[in-house]
Amino acid sequence: MLSKRIIPCLDVRDGKTTKGIRFKENVDIGDPVDMARHYYETGADEIVFYDITASHEKRNIMIDVVRRVAETIFIPFSVGGGIRSVEDMRAVLLAGAEKVSVNSAAVRDPSVISKGAAAFGSQCIVLGMDVLHVGEKPGILSGYEIVIDGGRTPMGMDALQWAREGERLGAGEICLNAIDADGTREGYELTLTAMISENVGIPVIASGGAGEPGHLADVLTRGKADAALIASMVHYGTYTIPEIKDYLDRQGIKVRRTW
Amino acid sequence: MIAVIDYDAGNLTSVARAVSHLGFSCVVTRDREAIQRAERVIFPGVGAAGAAMASLRRLGLDRSLEAAFEAGTPILGICLGTQVILGHSEENDTPCMGIIPGEVRAFPGDLRTEKGQPLKIPHMGWNRVHLKKPHPLLADIQETDEFYFVHGYYPAPADPKWVVGETDYGILFVSAMGKKNLFATQFHPEKSGRPGLSILRRFCVWDGTWEGGTC
Repeated sequence: MLSKRIIPCLDVRDGKTTKGIRFKENVDIGDPVDMARHYYETGADEIVFYDITASHEKRNIMIDVVRRVAETIFIPFSVGGGIRSVEDMRAVLLAGAEKVSVNSAAVRDPSVISKGAAAFGSQCIVLGMDVLHVGEKPGILSGYEIVIDGGRTPMGMDALQWAREGERLGAGEICLNAIDADGTREGYELTLTAMISENVGIPVIASGGAGEPGHLADVLTRGKADAALIASMVHYGTYTIPEIKDYLDRQGIKVRRTW
Repeated sequence: MIAVIDYDAGNLTSVARAVSHLGFSCVVTRDREAIQRAERVIFPGVGAAGAAMASLRRLGLDRSLEAAFEAGTPILGICLGTQVILGHSEENDTPCMGIIPGEVRAFPGDLRTEKGQPLKIPHMGWNRVHLKKPHPLLADIQETDEFYFVHGYYPAPADPKWVVGETDYGILFVSAMGKKNLFATQFHPEKSGRPGLSILRRFCVWDGTWEGGTC
């Protein structure tokens, strides 16, 4: 039976891995290619790179990182951040990424999802969603609102409706980031994750809030997630991926144990 | 030289990159003569069966692949490449090559785990391959090894004699099949870490013979 996926996420700025809290206070923590190799060799099921380079002119730095990663690791990896068009998608896919994720650009122009799916196949297109809990209000029936531009701009869009629309447009997967939980290490947003996962037919990757292996167990069971994104809990050596997988295995959660 | 067949079907560079990483030289090509001259052929692909078969026919590559098979050239099919080797695909109701007789079927929409939880389509992620019979390309593979899959349709060869491995996703489906000098996987060996690379490495030195594949 299919294993739940454990996916380290590397935020990359100007070619260096960085880590911030709620999208702020970023500090460099290493070389993305070296870190990708380390996670590949220690059992990561997939790797996500999120390019937070501020200037569009420096995007070629990220393309070079993608090319070097593709020569180094032989598991799937995706690239997001600053992907605005089919041409941006083509550049990272040709450089060797398996998938691209679109977030703010898809909110501004949803057709980028369908155009990407038509050009490269749905399996390549991940819809990244940054979501804030706002409570029930007009137009936000689920109580969860879509925000863009790194969490700064609320869009007045219902998260559940947007997830369904993204699936209809051809996204092959959703990466669901709960802004309230992001960087807190206090656990994933289980209510949000379960609500989205139960209402779409495509896989959902939970993101934001992982601090200990029990958090992953929660989101992969009660949260109904198909995969869990992790960052600081492995970047700083607090836990290793084999330790996390041993724990999940003992909880009866199916994970890949040999690599 | 290893030829990776280029027919506008998705990410061909990743398999070429993996082969190069293993120290073998390969060329991504749509040149029919180069494919027929190649020592071995890799037939990858991601996308839809209808568009893939249209491309293969337009470029004449279906006949090149059939000729290479008849000549005994070792061939490795991957994912969509594996599917269009069969006779027909439910995806776009597409007549395919038929090197191995059989069907490509859509996963039913109501798949569930043994605990009754609904399963999503596509089948995306890591899963095991239960070996039904030995194959030289799988000599290093353990029962606990997992492989990376991403697909909404699955191979159903007409005769169990071509079945090498099966995978459980609510139903048991054929995830590895073989016929003589042809070996084909539904999963992506180039994206499956150590066990996947071991299959590619063995393919790069395989002479095309298989004890179980003479019939």
